[in-house]
Amino acid sequence: MIIQAVLFYLFAAIAIASSAMVISARNPVHSVLFLILTFFNAAGLFLLLGAEFLAFTLIFVYVGAVAALFLFVVMMLDINFAELRQGFLNYLPIGGTIGLILVIELVALGLGWVFSPGASSVAAAPLPPPDAMTNTAALGALFYTRYIYLFEISGLILLVAMIGAIVLTLRRRKDVRKQNIGAQVARGRTVELRNVPSRGGV
Amino acid sequence: MLVIGLGHYLTVAAILFTLGIFGIFLNRKNVIIILMSVELMLLAVNINLVAFSAYLGDLIGQIFAMFVLTVAAAEAAVGLAILVIYFRNRGSIAVEDIDVLKG
Repeated sequence: MIIQAVLFYLFAAIAIASSAMVISARNPVHSVLFLILTFFNAAGLFLLLGAEFLAFTLIFVYVGAVAALFLFVVMMLDINFAELRQGFLNYLPIGGTIGLILVIELVALGLGWVFSPGASSVAAAPLPPPDAMTNTAALGALFYTRYIYLFEISGLILLVAMIGAIVLTLRRRKDVRKQNIGAQVARGRTVELRNVPSRGGV
Repeated sequence: MLVIGLGHYLTVAAILFTLGIFGIFLNRKNVIIILMSVELMLLAVNINLVAFSAYLGDLIGQIFAMFVLTVAAAEAAVGLAILVIYFRNRGSIAVEDIDVLKG
């Protein structure tokens, strides 16, 4: 129990501190790296909650794909980030006020929450006991049966996002001389065989 | 204090969500940081869903967290693609320059 508490406070503290660094770091590359740290610690929290599959999915999807994408974009664009930080302090009072109100409201709501005693008996998909079925197997058993349509629609969303991103960023550059084999092969009668008379030349 | 309950996880998620909103206010000019703040907010929502799932003994919360993860990945991909072509066309990503559609 004590180990669980210590790990919870460790993961939670690092997650909150690094997410504060995400929004306040001077260099956007540092922001992305702190975002990765936040996701790792959130994955630790998921592990403490017993959601192993989601914890590792979070690392694969966010750290492996999304954070790498952010890093590529930040490094690819040639932007003067110092200029973008102008007025950073102007928005501090209003943002701080709204954030403070919001966090007080949310925490008050979260701490004042009471479940009705019969809440866990009406669970739509009761959590199987850990020694009967692993978390991954239990999730799979739900995904591929009751939620198969939602699962396929989420695959479709990813496909549309992939095609959309490719279509948006694909461009034909005029200033690059690139070999076009199709045009080369189909360029008509520019190559022909001639019967050259001997000693005559062409 | 030492027994970690649902309230602890909800508090962490609330703080992360608020930091995301705060980040949008602070970095009003930088679209990349705004996108990262949106990711932070989605992560807070995921923590809420998984915490409720664990403490209520119901697996549905984790399934929904999975779908939130999918949508977040798709959103990041399309958002960054739009950002790249916007930068290609205008040479800047400042939010106040994005007013070409203004009538």
